[in-house]
Amino acid sequence: MSTLRNRRGILGAAGVLGFLVLVEALGRLGVIDPEIIPLVSTVLATTVEIAFEGEFLSNVGDTLLACLIGLVIAIATAVPAGLLLGTVPVIERSVRPLVEFLRPIPSVSLIPLAMFLFTESQDAKIALIVYTCAWPLLINTMYGLSDVDPQAKQTLRSFGFGGMSIVLRVSLPSAAPFIATGIRIALSVTLIVAVSVELIAGGGGGIGNFLSLAGSANRVDRMLAGTIWAGLIGLAANALFMAGERRLFHWHQGSTS
Amino acid sequence: MIIRRLAWYWLLPVAVLAWELTTRQAEATYFPPPSVIVVRLHEMWFSGPLSRVFLTDEALADLVPSLARLLAGWAMAAVAGVALGVLLGRSRWLSALADPLIHFGRSVPPSTLLPIFLILFKIGTPMQLASIVYGVVWPVLINAADGARFVDKQYVETGEVFRLSMTQRVFRIILPAAAPKIFAGLRLSISLALIMMVVSELVGSSEGIGHRMLEAQSEFDIPAMWAGIVLLGVLGILLNAVFIGVERMTLGWHRASRTR
Repeated sequence: MSTLRNRRGILGAAGVLGFLVLVEALGRLGVIDPEIIPLVSTVLATTVEIAFEGEFLSNVGDTLLACLIGLVIAIATAVPAGLLLGTVPVIERSVRPLVEFLRPIPSVSLIPLAMFLFTESQDAKIALIVYTCAWPLLINTMYGLSDVDPQAKQTLRSFGFGGMSIVLRVSLPSAAPFIATGIRIALSVTLIVAVSVELIAGGGGGIGNFLSLAGSANRVDRMLAGTIWAGLIGLAANALFMAGERRLFHWHQGSTS
Repeated sequence: MIIRRLAWYWLLPVAVLAWELTTRQAEATYFPPPSVIVVRLHEMWFSGPLSRVFLTDEALADLVPSLARLLAGWAMAAVAGVALGVLLGRSRWLSALADPLIHFGRSVPPSTLLPIFLILFKIGTPMQLASIVYGVVWPVLINAADGARFVDKQYVETGEVFRLSMTQRVFRIILPAAAPKIFAGLRLSISLALIMMVVSELVGSSEGIGHRMLEAQSEFDIPAMWAGIVLLGVLGILLNAVFIGVERMTLGWHRASRTR
């Protein structure tokens, strides 16, 4: 098993290396004009270089902070709301159509509005992240609650537990893996939304701001380097979250979807 | 039955009414009442002549390019994603080779590429298409690869016994078997396509719904801005509904074989 994994790892590394060498060769042969898209070696050197630039790091910090605050606010509001809406079937059925109507509104279409409402670009960013993340969290929480074992609830009830403690002791733990799935979905869109706001609203800091500045200086190598870091951050966030999820919910099967 | 089902939608008119009343009461500049938004929406885009299905000149200038790019970008991403996905799903070593690249590619937030696309393609349709394709292709590709990887071995072997050609095997066995997964990926990608359409128009465009919304914003035409939001929401619902319909029609056999 481990040799199989090693082989996959080696092949994967070969794939990355091969891709880089191929693109570098295409650039050196002039198939891809290095004046338009810089050579891979240049881009990689810039990627390492900007990691030591204070300004780039503070831009990354701005973006990540906004993502984190937005995600925390979304969890703190959408999960309790989902618990409330999901435990009472009548409310759940009534609210669902409303949710289904509001959810498809692409959150980025609210950027022009957010630019009016918030003078600070960081606030606009956080507000839009909250809006975007709230829907998958709300829906997954409600969905998780509809999956709770009725017998477990019945058992607690017959032992004289009240409604609130049933929610906390049975419903919430059994819905937790679904909530985690909601967080993972939310996590994947936070960066997209944050960078979009930074690009469109401008003014504030953030990765989007870094990219705009590099763009106006026509430094494609710096833009690509920033993009590479954004991809690595996304990759790391996802891996970190999945590892946590696996440790927390190893008892729960089928929560991987 | 239908009436009972419709009854569960009672909250929608109530919510709209509440929105109307509170915004009228509060006179909030940035939150016009829905009646004002609907009137602006109608006047701006849907008060044209009957011969043009009521579309105004503005509607032709704003909506048509947006929708065309959305559908074209989505279709291109779907074809490329399914083709690559099936290839990767059927070849173990190819997928091992490409795995890290794909994981990285889909982790890159597509909006970070917008300024680069803007430099490469300048303002215009190719830039929007590139943004939509990049944003949408990953869920399709990954789901198609997943679906193609786990085709029932017996089907594949039967195909070999009957000496089906490569194309026959792909179109008769692998694609139908992977179809449920592929559709799941395509459905995920609809909302992403809409997001990328709007963002790419907000970042660099001289036409389209997103561009119109930015114009409305700079002219302080708040109802027009909201009209854009409402229209995009309706578009999201419609696209999803149409897609579910198509999925039901194409995957009817799949569902039937599972419930049997």
